[in-house]
Amino acid sequence: MTNSTLARGVAQEIGAAASGRSRSRGAQVMRRLLRDRIGMTGIILVLLLIVMAVLAPVIAPHDPLATNLNETFRKVGSHGHLLGTDLYGRDMLSRVIWGARPSLMIGFVATCLALGLGVTLGVISGFYAGRIDSIIMRIVDVFLAFPYLLLAIVIVGALGPGLFNATLAVAITAIPFYVRLIRGMVLSFREEQFVEASRAIGASGYHLMRHAIFPNIVPYVIVAFSINVGYLILEAASLSFLGLGAQPPSPEWGAMLAENRNYLTLAPHTVIIPGVAIFIVIIGLNLFGDALRDAFDVRLREE
Amino acid sequence: MYLTWMLRRFVYLILVLLAATVVVFMMMHLAPGDPAQAMLGPMARGDALAQLRQQLGLNDPLYIQYLHWLEHTLRGDLGRSIRQQVPVSSLIFSQFKNTAILGSVSFVIAVVGGLALGFLAGLKRGSFFDRIIIVIASSGIAIPSFFLGLVLAYVFGIRLHVLPSNGMYSLQGGGGLLDLIKHLALPAITLAVGPIAVVARMTRSSTLEVLSQDYVRTARAKGLHERAVATRHIFKNALIPIIHLLGLQAGILLSATALVEVVFSWPGIGALMVNSILTRDLPVTQGSVLLIAAVYAIVSVFADFAHMVVDPRVHQS
Repeated sequence: MTNSTLARGVAQEIGAAASGRSRSRGAQVMRRLLRDRIGMTGIILVLLLIVMAVLAPVIAPHDPLATNLNETFRKVGSHGHLLGTDLYGRDMLSRVIWGARPSLMIGFVATCLALGLGVTLGVISGFYAGRIDSIIMRIVDVFLAFPYLLLAIVIVGALGPGLFNATLAVAITAIPFYVRLIRGMVLSFREEQFVEASRAIGASGYHLMRHAIFPNIVPYVIVAFSINVGYLILEAASLSFLGLGAQPPSPEWGAMLAENRNYLTLAPHTVIIPGVAIFIVIIGLNLFGDALRDAFDVRLREE
Repeated sequence: MYLTWMLRRFVYLILVLLAATVVVFMMMHLAPGDPAQAMLGPMARGDALAQLRQQLGLNDPLYIQYLHWLEHTLRGDLGRSIRQQVPVSSLIFSQFKNTAILGSVSFVIAVVGGLALGFLAGLKRGSFFDRIIIVIASSGIAIPSFFLGLVLAYVFGIRLHVLPSNGMYSLQGGGGLLDLIKHLALPAITLAVGPIAVVARMTRSSTLEVLSQDYVRTARAKGLHERAVATRHIFKNALIPIIHLLGLQAGILLSATALVEVVFSWPGIGALMVNSILTRDLPVTQGSVLLIAAVYAIVSVFADFAHMVVDPRVHQS
C-alpha cells in the first residue's frame, strides 16, 4: 500500500468514526424520526404533493390550460369540476395538480444549486482560510447586505422576469446561508484531533476535506436543506405572485394567486385553493425539517 | 470600547453601502442586450437610442460610468423615471414615507405580540395555551403573506365590510388620522404575522432556557413574588438573544412589505420597485433598491448596537 492510499484510508476511517457515520447511527436517526408523529405528518404531506406533481398527467381530470368560456367561475363541488373553475373556465383541480410541478421544482432546483455551490465554497473557505477565505467571505457580505427577497428582486430585475431567472435568483440568495454555515463547521472541525491525525500521516488537502471533514458536516447539510427548501419555495412563489417568476397561463401557484386576486369578490375559491397548496408544502417541509434536526440532534448556527 | 466598535461598524457600513451601489449599478449592465434598448423598449428609434446612450454615458469604460453614476447618486441625483418623467429621488422618497408608516406600525405589532405570546407560552410550558401558540407560530411562519393578505381582505373587506382593503386613504371624504388607521389595519397585521411567529417561537425557547437557570431558582428561594421573578429575572434575561433577532426581522419586514403593498395597493416603495421592474423603468428600480438596501444596512447596525448594549459579551467576539 502506498503512503497516500494509506493516508486516504486512515482519513476515511477516522472521519467516519468521528462523525458516527456507522449503520447504527443511521438506524438511530431513522428510529427517532419514525417516532416523531408531527414530523412524519409533515413528510407525508410533502410526499403526497410530490407524487401529485409526478403523476399530474394521470390524475388531473382536465387539461390545466384548456379554457371553456361557457363554464367560468364554477363553484367548488360543481358537476365535473370538483374544485370549480376560474375566469377562463379552466378546471381548478387540474391546475392545482399541474401547478405542483413548477412550484415544487423551482424550490428544489434552487436549493440544490445553492447547496452545491454554497457547500463547496464553504468547505474551501473554512479549510484554506487566509486570502481565499477573506475573498469569499467579502463577497458573501455583499450579498448579505440585501434582505433575501430584495436580492431576488434585484437579480430578476436585472435578468428579466421568468421561471428560469427566478430559479436562479432564488438560488443565489440562499448561497450565503450555506457558505457561512459550512465554513463555521469546517473551521471548528479543522482543529479537531482526528483531522490533525489524518494530516499528520500525510493526507492531502482534498482527502482531508473529502474524507475527514465532509462526512461530519453531512447531518447539518441534510437538516439545512430540509429547512431551506421550504423558504425557497415560498420565495419563488412570492416572485411569481409579483409577476417576476412563472408567468400566466402557467398554473404555478403564486402566479395563479396573482392572476385570480382581481376576482376575489366573485370567486374566492380561485385564490384560496393555490394559497392553501403553498401553505401545505411549506408547513409540511418545516415540520419535517424540525423533526430531522431533532433526530440528528444538530443545531444550526444561523437560526 | 463602544467608540472603537462604533467606528469600525461605521466604516463597515460605508463599505457595505458602496458594495450595494456596485450591485445596483451592475443591474443595468447585467441585463441582456443594450441597456438603452432595454430601457426604451424594442420600438425605440435609432436616434433616441443614441441620445440615451450618450446621456447614460454608455460609451465610456465601465469604471468611469460607475464613478459618474456614484457621483450623481451621492448628490441625490438618481436620474429621471422613464415612465413618469419625474426625478427618481422625489418619487422614491415620497413612496418610502408610506412604507415607513406601514413598516413601523407593523414592527411594533410584531414585537409586542411576539414577545407577549412567546413569553406567556414559555412560562406555561405544556399547557393548552402553550400548544395553541406553537400551532399559531408554525402556521404563521408557513403562510405566505400575500395569501394571508388576500384572505384578510376577503373576510374583513369584502364579506364583513368593516375595514378597507385598498389604498391608504378613502377616495371620497378621505384623509385624516382615523382614515389612515383604518386603511393601515389589514396590511399592518398581514405584514406582522410572519415576524410575530418567528419572535414568539424564539422568545418561548429563550424563556425556557432562562427558566432552568440557577438565578431563577435563587430568586424564587429568597421568597420573591412570582410576578417579580417573571418580570425582573426571567423576562429581562430571555430578552437578550431576542434583541438581535428583532433587528433582523425589521430588515426582513422591509423587503416583505413589497408583497403586502401589492396586495393592498399601498403606495409604498416596494410596490413602486416591483412595478418599475415590470414596466422596465430601470432608474426607478435602481433608486428604490438602493434606498431599501441603505435603510436595511442602517437598521442592521442599530440592531447590532442594541444587542451589544444589552449583552456586552458580543463585541468581544
